[in-house]
Amino acid sequence: MRSLVPGIVITVAVILLALVSFVWTPFDIESLDVPNKLLSPSGAHLLGTDHFGRDILSMIMLGARTSIAVAFVAVGIGLTLGIPLGLWAAARRGSLLDEVIMRGNDLIFAFPALVIAILITAVFGPSAVNAIIAIGIFNIPVFARLSRGAALSLWSRDFIMAARVCGKSSFRISWEHILPNIANLMIVQGTIQFSLGILAEAALSYVGLGAQPPTASWGRMLADAQTLVSIAPHTALVPGFAIVITVLGLNLLGDGLRDWLDPRLRVARL
Amino acid sequence: MTLLSVQNLTVNLHRTPLLRQIGFDVAKGEIVAVTGESGSGKSLTALAIMGLLPDTMHAGGAIRLDGRDLLALDEAALCGLRGNDIGMIFQEPMTALNPVKTIGHQVAEAYLIHGAGSKAEARIRARDVLARVGLPEDHFPLTRYPHELSGGQRQRVVIAMAIALRPKLLIADEPTTALDVTTQAQILSLLKGLVDEFGMGLILITHDLAVVSDVADRIVVMKTGEVVESGLTRALFADMKHAYTRKLFAASGHVVDLPLRPAPSPLLVVTDAVRDYPVPRRRMFAPATRFRAVDHVSLTIQRGERVGLVGESGCGKSTLTRAILGLEPLQDGTITLDGEPVFRGHAPNLIVRRKIQVVFQDPFGSFNPRHRVDRLITEPFHLLDTPPTGEAREKRIAQALTDVGLSPDDARKYPHAFSGGQRQRIAIARALINDPELIVFDEAVSALDVSVRAQVLDLLAELCRKRPLAYLFISHDLSVVRSVTDRVLVMQQGRIVEEGDTKAVWTDPQHPYTRQLLAAAPKLPPISGAQHADRTP
Repeated sequence: MRSLVPGIVITVAVILLALVSFVWTPFDIESLDVPNKLLSPSGAHLLGTDHFGRDILSMIMLGARTSIAVAFVAVGIGLTLGIPLGLWAAARRGSLLDEVIMRGNDLIFAFPALVIAILITAVFGPSAVNAIIAIGIFNIPVFARLSRGAALSLWSRDFIMAARVCGKSSFRISWEHILPNIANLMIVQGTIQFSLGILAEAALSYVGLGAQPPTASWGRMLADAQTLVSIAPHTALVPGFAIVITVLGLNLLGDGLRDWLDPRLRVARL
Repeated sequence: MTLLSVQNLTVNLHRTPLLRQIGFDVAKGEIVAVTGESGSGKSLTALAIMGLLPDTMHAGGAIRLDGRDLLALDEAALCGLRGNDIGMIFQEPMTALNPVKTIGHQVAEAYLIHGAGSKAEARIRARDVLARVGLPEDHFPLTRYPHELSGGQRQRVVIAMAIALRPKLLIADEPTTALDVTTQAQILSLLKGLVDEFGMGLILITHDLAVVSDVADRIVVMKTGEVVESGLTRALFADMKHAYTRKLFAASGHVVDLPLRPAPSPLLVVTDAVRDYPVPRRRMFAPATRFRAVDHVSLTIQRGERVGLVGESGCGKSTLTRAILGLEPLQDGTITLDGEPVFRGHAPNLIVRRKIQVVFQDPFGSFNPRHRVDRLITEPFHLLDTPPTGEAREKRIAQALTDVGLSPDDARKYPHAFSGGQRQRIAIARALINDPELIVFDEAVSALDVSVRAQVLDLLAELCRKRPLAYLFISHDLSVVRSVTDRVLVMQQGRIVEEGDTKAVWTDPQHPYTRQLLAAAPKLPPISGAQHADRTP
């Protein structure tokens, strides 16, 4: 409970910021205003301006949109491909198929995620879409392994046995009985992967392999600001804090959800 | 001489009283059984004596061990006492032992914690005490891990840890509930021997009155946090004063009134069934070995016949059940129901599936916690070509729930709203909803309290009266099998070693294993007191 509320507050705030940017930002970031470059935070520019005179608050809002979109789709790829693979492997536990799926996962796990992401963007060119694919691929084994493990312990339960006696296929049992019972675990892991996705997107953009200009991105804002840290520290601090606070918020949310969704802890609370 | 004296013990959780005015004494060398059904406060009493109550609970009254009031001691003093003066044995020996430490280490630890000597001395004493509980070093080296031992051997290790420092008082919380009957008899006689030898006091907490009557000197009967009756075992059984004691006694030896079985006509025929499991290879490229769990088993269940299957854990009961249910293929032999094979080709035969259902042991694990009762009990409709919908479905649900003594309104509730006995009724409703020919009860009443068990067994008899229902009743509890079956099969190491009419097998067992089983089963004393007790509804 202690981490759930701040987690929700921070996460909702970041999402709101991103949503508002669709209809309104304080300034247009595509028009440059070089005379007003590197202004410190003031009444006109709440978070100051960068080396092209663009409003940093506006860029943070648009950057939040990029981060959330990339992380969301990447987690979505992991969930929609990883969970079915994990459930499939669990339903055919001990078979060759189970082996193939799980060793395939190990294969993906064996590569450092960022290196492969760099490889993909190097081959297909840097773009937000390629960043999404690269991050998404590494989410698949996470969810596959987690869902297989959780499903395996459920498969030995009596209510699954009862469903088998009723002639239900393993596909149907996975859908009706296993999935609802592992859903909370997946939601919690999804939140944590979401924050990792935001970090990965920032890292890829930082090295110039993520979203390309003029799309705003927190990682690239950091990269642009690194030579200016001594003269205009706010240009680096603001996107840095944006990343830290968002990731912190999502991790708190994940922890809080885990405690809240755990039925054993819920009973104790009642 | 009084060793432990519990006086006016009360335990409160916040303001709710959990234990009220508990009082009993334990003398040196005496076995006192604390008995009662779940929720009666037996285990809580043990925890209070050990000073292990959760922080949220508050204990009042007095617990005197050799004149010292344990409730007045602080945690440090209690730590010195636990293990030294009071030992405890738990129900589940696998969870009471640390799986990553050797048995020698765990027993030696009991000495080391209380500073009773050096490491080498502790090892020697651990060896001696393990030998005393029946695990001599030449057969059971101290370097064994808990998973390398059987359930009974593990319980012996737990006992060795508890008696390592020769405590004055030993508390055993359901020490034999998780064990087979023959192992149970051995463990009980071991405990009795230790009490005589060391002059310890033993508090034996158990729900099983038959165990109590065999070993206890005195009995304390508890109900909902109160002692309702206590006294010397013989005297108490001879003259049960409290209605609850009589009810408990009657329920333990409950005899079900089964209707006559119909004329024989074969329903389920198992012929020469064989089921092997591959054993994991010990070395790479070692020849593949197989373990034969079911070894050429043949049996027939007639229409409307109630058949019992008895055997100890690991005898192949569960494997045979899964094969009969068509969940696993056989390596050899056939299983047919009404002439149709249960397992055809690579898939279970759905025509047969409709006629067979199952009720499992664990009333808490048998249901998907996220589904409501109506959805749970209609799961077998999946087997029908045209499952009933709308009003017809509602009617079937209401009918099934009424048949098992529940209300049709219960259909909208979740399983966690029901007690263990009620859940087992829901499981029976699920088994009945398709009007099957055969129901397999896999230890279906083993997890229930005696009075609830008696009610469920009566329900079975009533269902048999309403329709010709055949069932296979699998249990390790011989007294239950005796009361609800017409015929019994005894299984040992994958083979059926004896079969015959239940009464005949009980009065004149032929196979030595059957005799051993019957001899090991604890028995209630033949006292007429049970007859005029209130019959449970």
